[in-house]
Amino acid sequence: MPEPLKLKGIPASAGYAEGPLFNLEPVVARYRSKATAADERLALETAIGTATGRLAKLIQATEGDAADILEFQLAMLEDDALTGPAFAAIAAGQPADAAWRQALDAEIVGYETSDQDYFRARAADMRDIRDQVLRALTEDSAAAAPAGAIFYGDDIAPTRFLETDWSAGGGIALKAGSAASHVAMLARSRGVPMVVGLGASPAHLAGVALLDAEHGGIVLAPTRAEVEAFRQSSSSFAARRDRAETFLTRPAVTKAGTAVRVQVNIADPSDVDGIDVSTCDGVGLMRTEFLFGKTLPDEETQYRAYRKVLEWAGNKPVTIRTVDAGGDKPVPGFTVEEGNPFLGLRGIRLSLARPEVFRVQIRALLRAALHGNLKVMFPMVAVWDEYQRAAVLFAEEQAALATRGVAQKIPPLGIMVEVPSVAIAPEAFAEVAFFSIGSNDLTQYVMAAARDNASVAHLNSVRNPAVLRLIASVAAFGRAQRIPVSLCGDAGGDPAAIPALIEAGLRDLSVVPAQLAMAKAAIADVSI
Amino acid sequence: MSASAEATVLITHEVGLHARPSVKFTKLAKTFSAEVEVALAANGPWFDAKSIVKVMAAKAPKGTVLHIRAKGDGAGEAVGALVELVRRDFDEGVDHARTA
Repeated sequence: MPEPLKLKGIPASAGYAEGPLFNLEPVVARYRSKATAADERLALETAIGTATGRLAKLIQATEGDAADILEFQLAMLEDDALTGPAFAAIAAGQPADAAWRQALDAEIVGYETSDQDYFRARAADMRDIRDQVLRALTEDSAAAAPAGAIFYGDDIAPTRFLETDWSAGGGIALKAGSAASHVAMLARSRGVPMVVGLGASPAHLAGVALLDAEHGGIVLAPTRAEVEAFRQSSSSFAARRDRAETFLTRPAVTKAGTAVRVQVNIADPSDVDGIDVSTCDGVGLMRTEFLFGKTLPDEETQYRAYRKVLEWAGNKPVTIRTVDAGGDKPVPGFTVEEGNPFLGLRGIRLSLARPEVFRVQIRALLRAALHGNLKVMFPMVAVWDEYQRAAVLFAEEQAALATRGVAQKIPPLGIMVEVPSVAIAPEAFAEVAFFSIGSNDLTQYVMAAARDNASVAHLNSVRNPAVLRLIASVAAFGRAQRIPVSLCGDAGGDPAAIPALIEAGLRDLSVVPAQLAMAKAAIADVSI
Repeated sequence: MSASAEATVLITHEVGLHARPSVKFTKLAKTFSAEVEVALAANGPWFDAKSIVKVMAAKAPKGTVLHIRAKGDGAGEAVGALVELVRRDFDEGVDHARTA
């Protein structure tokens, strides 16, 4: 009996799956060369035809963003400019698989080396196209995944996800991957459990596995007791989720009748597309880092992104956080390399150090403010002077826009409470319009435990009495001074932390959209 | 004698002449029998407007002035229709900025 093997990862789509592990190997050349160039040509034509047919079939069964990605892949595969070089290489004596791989790799490099984010991101689609045809070429040797399998590998292509029948269960366990990837988004919308970031595994894994995508882990060769415990967690999760769904459309209220506002955190304007605005009380945190990819975004790009979310929200508040680059979120050409980036030039410190970049964002916000109920907050504020300097920049840019005859408005300006200095002595900030507690950073700074370091994860808890006492004291200060206080860290959507947060005096939480229902259900269980 | 036409249009779409827009662009170009080409500058290089591989290779970001030219039957209509498509922002808004 092999020893159980446990790997920890990051949940990308919550849920549980028990099933045989299926290794998602990179497509390896198991292609058998044909006798003549004409046969090689025929083999590639057939494989392209197979891949094209599958894509067309997938498109019919898909909609929205996913269908658009597939349309793009199909258009590419149907373009002679893509396939031509491969056929030329076959004519020159290459086998079909090598000819195709080389032709596509040459194309992929062009995307990978682009200085534009949007083009670079298409490299993944081009690799997907390459592998679909390679798979069709080597079909006879490629094993199909059994029903209910847990796909395991470095990463999984969107087409592979879409062509899999998930009705029999199953899940995805990735060594690398990202919770923000396209596949992760698809997995959440289809309710397929998915864990990313499991890291390199010690060996080629096989056998039955237990995938816990609620907490982020996988167990191989589990003991009988582990299987039983897993099944219990799984059915309890399913019951909680079913029950939670009934809370989604109702306002959040505790058992004792205390109303709690529940807003959503978004990272990209398109995040709101899938949310019914009536199920939340607004946007408690809109991140703006997504705009700051490889290049610094211009005013118009930012304005349109902000305006889209404001118009979606109608008269509900949208709290936009000015760019929080630095720390674990470097931006080339903007952030600086530092030995200890979490304690360095990040958030408002960086924005104030680079006012020419900050002023562009401020102008976009001032203009967008006319299109809804905008509030703006500054990240990583540690001292009053930082807030004041940022507010002065808003006033200066407003005056400049007014002089040019551009319509604008100064939104209420608030701050994130995440540096302990603010949480300990909030009275220095009695003039801000609102406080938003960033519990992720506040916890890691109070506990001196990085949130991305698994070996100190046990210390990084918002429920530590020291952290909770600070949160309670900020909430009390806000009540006394009539300054609204909300919380927008991960703790806000964690059913295990919600009772403590409400007990600490918070009545306004902001959670990721996928946690809205669960958070409301957890609030309904609180007896305050 | 064969007709020819040429025009320029500013790309205002958030992500430029990118995946989704380029699918629409090449599909529309293919509906004309005229030879259609695009370029980022008046003196080229010119790319086949009916090939998504070539159009994507042009890597035209937002703010680019796109040059479109056509030769042959219906050249004028082809250029006019493509200019209109770009001007209409490929019939989509900022909402697709992320995944497009």
